[in-house]
Amino acid sequence: MRDKTMHVKVRDSYSDKIFDGINIVVMLLLLIIFVWPLWFVVIASVSNPNEVWNGNVILLPKDFTLMAYEELMKYKMIWTGYRNTIFYTVVGTFVNLVMTVCAAYPLSRKDFMPRNFFMFLFMLTMYFGGGLIPTYLVVSKVGLVNTPWAMIIPGACSIYNVIITRTYFINSIPSTLQDAAELDGANSFQYLMRVVLPLSKPIIAVIALYYAVSHWNDFYTALIYINKQEYMPLQSFLRDILMSNKMTLNDIQGLDATTTEARMRLAQTLKYSVIIVSTVPVLCIYPFIQKYFVKGVMIGSVKG
Amino acid sequence: MNTLGISVYSILAGFPIPIIFALMLNYVKNKYLKKTVQMVSYAPYFISTVVMCGMITIFMSTDSGIFNIIRGFLGMDPVDALSKPGWFKSIYVWTGVWQGMGWSSIIYISALSGVDMQLHEAAIVDGATKLQRIIHVDLPSIKPTIIMLLILQMGSLMGVGFEKVFLLQNTLNKSAASVISTYVYEVGLINSDYGYSTAVGLFNSVINVILIVTANQLSKRLADESLF
Repeated sequence: MRDKTMHVKVRDSYSDKIFDGINIVVMLLLLIIFVWPLWFVVIASVSNPNEVWNGNVILLPKDFTLMAYEELMKYKMIWTGYRNTIFYTVVGTFVNLVMTVCAAYPLSRKDFMPRNFFMFLFMLTMYFGGGLIPTYLVVSKVGLVNTPWAMIIPGACSIYNVIITRTYFINSIPSTLQDAAELDGANSFQYLMRVVLPLSKPIIAVIALYYAVSHWNDFYTALIYINKQEYMPLQSFLRDILMSNKMTLNDIQGLDATTTEARMRLAQTLKYSVIIVSTVPVLCIYPFIQKYFVKGVMIGSVKG
Repeated sequence: MNTLGISVYSILAGFPIPIIFALMLNYVKNKYLKKTVQMVSYAPYFISTVVMCGMITIFMSTDSGIFNIIRGFLGMDPVDALSKPGWFKSIYVWTGVWQGMGWSSIIYISALSGVDMQLHEAAIVDGATKLQRIIHVDLPSIKPTIIMLLILQMGSLMGVGFEKVFLLQNTLNKSAASVISTYVYEVGLINSDYGYSTAVGLFNSVINVILIVTANQLSKRLADESLF
């Protein structure tokens, strides 16, 4: 009897060991799969274009040079795009936050009678939209097409975030606070500004981050509503450079490489540097805000 | 047809992988390894679609892309994968998995951390291996989460994201890379055929709603879990 249990135990821990071993190997592999492509872009952007072209750049930069970045500096459109994107991100996120709080707060109040009706209307838009063309027609009739506001107003409020915020308001702010505020003579607006919002900093931070990242990465809105170069966000220029090779030789002044071949290679390296320049702001703040994002997913999942 | 194909493929590949990833991560003993893998796996989610597609074209390029270098090592001929219609779905789906799996796994990881430790202890006393514990303890515990997310995914079955398909599309792979959303865009905004394009879009929305309601009913009946 005892022998048998011993035997079982040994066999089990043996299988567990195999499991652990495989597990660690898989995790390390995944680590490489996640990190390497990003790392490659970084090292390729600072390597000699010829080395990259020949496939010699694998783990470390070869023949370190900032040539690609210097060329990039001369490309004016990138900076226009940068400026626009920062504007859209800052103003857009602010508008988003105001709208979201204004929608979520009444919906969280139990004494707001038609709240279920409005909730239903809001939810409906999540699953059932008019589609691209009707939306476009509305936006163009309102006169927003080809203005910076087209980037901000049509997507001013995301229902998903309204729901998350509302859930937070309901679950985390005790309703006795409202009674207390009323006793002290505060009206609803004062209660919202002085009591609810200061208590809701975590959720405000989470949805602000959601909105900011989506503005930064937004490409679709600009594709549909914006035709004028001066209003285009960074992502639109990125697309031109990365996907359609539009950064032609004429656009880059002072390019003195002799052969077309060399120019093509440089253009390739430029792609890496442009990816870095556009993604670095997000990836730089990423480690600090990571925990907030995770928190946001958790709050969202509570809604059920 | 392409829309349906791409989304079914996406769900088949993209849905179980985050679950498996979360389960495996849950059993990593080394805390640093666990934290690092977790943090790094979220990172691709924040890369914009445009940059993502740029990276895909770079890595898939015939002359210096890593994809073809690896193929070369394995003794295969280089292919220009992006111009082959047959490759499009796989590229789309697997890059999507790369980008989204870490992020989608967050919700499972949080569900797994809520699994009752007593169940695990009981299983260990009974001599269950880790694999058995995953199958008999962890999976049943996170079943509600899995079903809920599956219903949500069903709702987006007909809604293959516009941006990525649009950006990866070219004249050569178009036969495989034209989905409803890009079609609506082309017919409606490029050719200005508003009426027809709106009808196509609306039809798509209706199917979506039907799908999500059906999935919800099904899971209510089969598993006693539902979203609404």
